[in-house]
Amino acid sequence: MEIDEVITAENLTKRFGNFTAVDAISFHVKRGEIFGFLGANGAGKSTAMRMLCGLSLPTSGKAAVAGYDIATESEKVKRHIGYMSQRFSLYDELTVRQNISLFAGIYGLGRKEISERCDALARELDFSAQMDVPVSVLPLGQQQKLAFSVATIHRPEVVFLDEPTGGVDPITRRRFWELIYRTAESGTAVFVTTHYMDEAEYCRRVSIMVDGKIKAMGTPSELKKKFDAADMDEVFRRLARNAQRQ
Amino acid sequence: MIGSAVHTKGLCKVFGSVKALDGVSLDVDHGEIYGLIGPDASGKTTLFRILTTLMLPDSGIATVCGADVKEHYRKIRSLAGYMPGRFSLYPDLSVEENLNFFASLFGVRVSDNFDMIKPIYDQIAPFKDRRSANLSGGMKQKLALCCALIHRPEILFLDEPTTGVDAVSRCEFWDILGEIRRAGMPIVVSTPYMDEASRCDRLSLINGGKILETGTLDAILERNRIPMLAVRGENNYSTLQMLRGVDGVEEAFLFGEYIHVFARHTLDADELRKLPGILEVRQIKPDIEDVFIKIMGNGN
Repeated sequence: MEIDEVITAENLTKRFGNFTAVDAISFHVKRGEIFGFLGANGAGKSTAMRMLCGLSLPTSGKAAVAGYDIATESEKVKRHIGYMSQRFSLYDELTVRQNISLFAGIYGLGRKEISERCDALARELDFSAQMDVPVSVLPLGQQQKLAFSVATIHRPEVVFLDEPTGGVDPITRRRFWELIYRTAESGTAVFVTTHYMDEAEYCRRVSIMVDGKIKAMGTPSELKKKFDAADMDEVFRRLARNAQRQ
Repeated sequence: MIGSAVHTKGLCKVFGSVKALDGVSLDVDHGEIYGLIGPDASGKTTLFRILTTLMLPDSGIATVCGADVKEHYRKIRSLAGYMPGRFSLYPDLSVEENLNFFASLFGVRVSDNFDMIKPIYDQIAPFKDRRSANLSGGMKQKLALCCALIHRPEILFLDEPTTGVDAVSRCEFWDILGEIRRAGMPIVVSTPYMDEASRCDRLSLINGGKILETGTLDAILERNRIPMLAVRGENNYSTLQMLRGVDGVEEAFLFGEYIHVFARHTLDADELRKLPGILEVRQIKPDIEDVFIKIMGNGN
């Protein structure tokens, strides 16, 4: 089933006791779109992302991811998305090949398919010589590329990237974004959070969360025009400065 | 005060087959903010560990406020304030308990030195009973800074204090560092964010255990005047692929809404403008991130 909108959220809300972490956010993400999900620490990004990944139920409102309801079909959601964070993604002590096989297996790929994907990835990522070394010995940039590749190995409708580029050098960071572009062109939507404001410019559209609400949304050029700002850093700072939450 | 706040010469440290530090020499003056700017695994943390006497170098020398890291490690431990990158607070202790604990480690009372931290602590005081695990990133960093300052150190070592912290909190944190520096304390601070270079009095770019460049930001930019163009296309990703095939383009990278092109002298901006899908081409001065990319590329 090919759908045009891979994420639809309508008044998605999450409360913890009397604290509203995510406050009625609504947005749509299209097939193959790179969508930047920005916000200050504590704005509610992670809580929203957990709901969209089917890991946490909304208090009210609704959302569908890859065409499945996040509240009633969360297991189906999980099969049709990929997820990568800076902190946890790969098993350090397993080899490159073992990591690929493990994640491909978890995502339900068959034995033959797994071996084909292993070969294809080894070629694409230039990993042929390193397929049987433990992931821990790879440079961080290589680990990130591999983590991204296993998160998209089942060709999901959407991949969630939670601060994927933290800590790497500027060349590696840019090469990583080229990988993101390539994946988006193949039809996978990319939902990405980042603290690097220059990376916000690489997104087709961006939303900025402040205190649980989406305060601004649009293409980077629309937002810069609206806030009369030279770059996305300035847009972000104008909005986030008014945050009440600590 | 005589000599440098920090002096190192030919500092080397090897872990197995990895040269974490490969001949690092630098001098930090009294009363300056000195930035160590580089990505993960460039050697920043190893250098901090050696300077704070948590680790010995394989070779080379290092002194902190005149004290040798090997001979006078006890002295350095009492005169240095150190905020490590990953672990610096006890998550199960409250804000106030963390501060008291760190004060007691150094044999001082919080009340003795409260003037040192007052402007920073006042910002987190409303949350003094909150467990530090439940603080936001920016708040955690402010508390960790208070804990590093509470024994009234003579020099401050901050290892990636702004990593993972949002753009607004980062800016506030640097404002605080400016205040501390004004009080005369030298600060050595590392960061992976190139844009923070402008907040340092002097800085070193570091990668692969080697210092690539040292100086004020202006001096570094002046020394590395690379011919460079900013290009914007209808679709920057396809424009990028195209540019890489153009004779005269040494390298091209995404850079915000533009593509930055390292140009050879043969590259004609007018020729680029004629290419399909190009909206804008202009000459630019490289910024610190361009310089880092360029020097890093030369080393490879």
